[in-house]
Amino acid sequence: MKKLTSWGKYPLINANIIIPTTRQHLAGLELTGIGRGLGRSYGDSALSEQVIVSENLNHFISFDEENGLLRCEAGVSLDNILTVFVPKGWFLSVTPGTKFVTIGGAIASDVHGKNHHLEGSFSDHVTSLTLVISDKEITCSRNNNPELFHATCGGMGLTGIITEATFKLKPIKSAYINQKIVKAKNLNTALELFEQYKDVTYSVAWIDCLSTGSNLGRSLLMLGEHADKGKLKTHKDGLLNMPCDMPSFLLNKYTIQAFNSAYYNKQLKEEVNSTIHYDPFFYPLDGINNWNRMYGGNGFTQYQFVIPKEAGKEGLTEILEAIAESKQGSFLAVLKVFGKGNQNLLSFPMEGYTLALDFKLNDKLFSLLDHLDIIVRKYDGRLYLSKDVRISEEMFKASYPQWEAFQTLRTEYGADELYHSLQSKRIGL
Amino acid sequence: MKNIIIIGATSAMAKEVAKLYAIDKANLYLIARDISKLDTIKQDLIVRGASTVYTAEFDANQFDSHETLIEQAFQTLEQVDVLLIAHGSLPNQERCQTDCSKAIEEINTNGISVISLLTHAATKMEQQQSGNITVITSVAGDRGRQSNYVYGAAKGMVSIFLQGLTQRLSKSGVHVLDIKPGFVDTPMTAEFDKGALWAKPEKVAEIIKKRISKKNSFSYTPAFWFAIMTIIKFVPKAIFNKISL
Repeated sequence: MKKLTSWGKYPLINANIIIPTTRQHLAGLELTGIGRGLGRSYGDSALSEQVIVSENLNHFISFDEENGLLRCEAGVSLDNILTVFVPKGWFLSVTPGTKFVTIGGAIASDVHGKNHHLEGSFSDHVTSLTLVISDKEITCSRNNNPELFHATCGGMGLTGIITEATFKLKPIKSAYINQKIVKAKNLNTALELFEQYKDVTYSVAWIDCLSTGSNLGRSLLMLGEHADKGKLKTHKDGLLNMPCDMPSFLLNKYTIQAFNSAYYNKQLKEEVNSTIHYDPFFYPLDGINNWNRMYGGNGFTQYQFVIPKEAGKEGLTEILEAIAESKQGSFLAVLKVFGKGNQNLLSFPMEGYTLALDFKLNDKLFSLLDHLDIIVRKYDGRLYLSKDVRISEEMFKASYPQWEAFQTLRTEYGADELYHSLQSKRIGL
Repeated sequence: MKNIIIIGATSAMAKEVAKLYAIDKANLYLIARDISKLDTIKQDLIVRGASTVYTAEFDANQFDSHETLIEQAFQTLEQVDVLLIAHGSLPNQERCQTDCSKAIEEINTNGISVISLLTHAATKMEQQQSGNITVITSVAGDRGRQSNYVYGAAKGMVSIFLQGLTQRLSKSGVHVLDIKPGFVDTPMTAEFDKGALWAKPEKVAEIIKKRISKKNSFSYTPAFWFAIMTIIKFVPKAIFNKISL
């Protein structure tokens, strides 16, 4: 038994950790518990009394240069892929905000990125995957065992242990991104700008979530396209490290307000254009190892919700007002427009607006988040399970209407008896 | 394009070294005990960029198979730029203290088998008049300690052997490198709690490749182990015997 936690550092549990040596070995062990990659999900979705870690399943299997199809084991990380494939002129079709995610994790969480509005989520580029349920290896795709495929993509590891996958990479000519940052003085302007720039491949907005009144939702909209010029140079390892937990009191409403204000005002011009390497564009926080220590010893959580487009302005305003009023500022608040969702039963993205907020954990936080849940539900939205550590069974089942089909399928394959996390038990799966 | 032979190619450090040479489009000849693991590694290295990957199965303790094994590898590659020997096992010291056959087996795996392979390979390299021989030994070979002296004795034996080999082969332009890693976070050490002194195999591999290309013969990897081992080697016996290292 070892102490185990995830990226939010809460909760900390005792777990039996199993590290199968090979894919074949994994199937022979008939393991139960939950699969785990690099532990970058924030809450308790990769925590269980027994976890099956994909550390040794980190091999590439094949690459089809004609079509950009990469087949690899589930423990290969996005970082590994970028290191090998950027110099060859290929990039991830979809990437989340950290490269320290394994392929198994990216599929189980059906991660999304700054290009969701045009290119969908990670699993939309997956053509096939193999998972182990007890001692059986099952390969599935959109044509072969499609129900299992759509349950596994976004299925939080609850359908079995993903062991390998095939997915598409996209060709690039340069490792650089042409970036445009546009200032938005409030939420209305930000949403208008998203509309205006909807054809740009990558877009995301950083929001100052402590500003109020006419400044409510003031933000910096960051847009990007792959550049045509520049070397195919891969990233370097992070040079900075957060050596220990920061004292918790350092993050308070005053320091966060000061940071947010300074960050918003760092750019004086309405619009700034530049060319930057993909690493700081996609992974600004990867440069600081262990940045989660910034939130102190008690840890933190990320609250990420999506609400349908028609509820947009009204819903976001209500939520931002509730946060500003609570004075429990979020250090990082990121707004993004999602395109259409996919057929996966538990995938998070749906057409609308998604806002992600980091909060330091403390006694008052959960009551604020419960309050936000009510608003999100009112607008028919839902929360991202990979970030969650606290939602109720009721909230989950009300906002993920296909949960019953998911559970039925799990029962059909016997996966419900074998695979579970602290989160799945909490939300009634 | 370089030609590389790696013995013990499924070990974590060796795998990382192979990945670095694969990026340079090298031809790799991988030798290990578990052929199915080698197949997985072979596919991985080809995707990374290796030109050709050959694989061969071997049992370190079948000494009489070593000559053919080395012969075939040299014949296949024609010219060998680097030979890396990385196989080994981490024995249970307590068991070795009560079971002599186990102790001998461990000495054979970590010591004698390496010397046997080196003996065959050194002649080949000498004939070539070029190339590099790198062996992964251990800081444990510097001074016998109660917690792992059987392993340490085998590694120390190889290090002394390499000293002589370095001197002998320097005359034919062959570079010999003894790599003594400290604590490395590998499946072999999965049970240990990891502290600040632990290095990742990727890091160790980078150092190994750099030292090979620069013909550097410094052993300690990472380099700070030189300082640690200097202190450990010079602790007076009276004090050393009282501490539990």
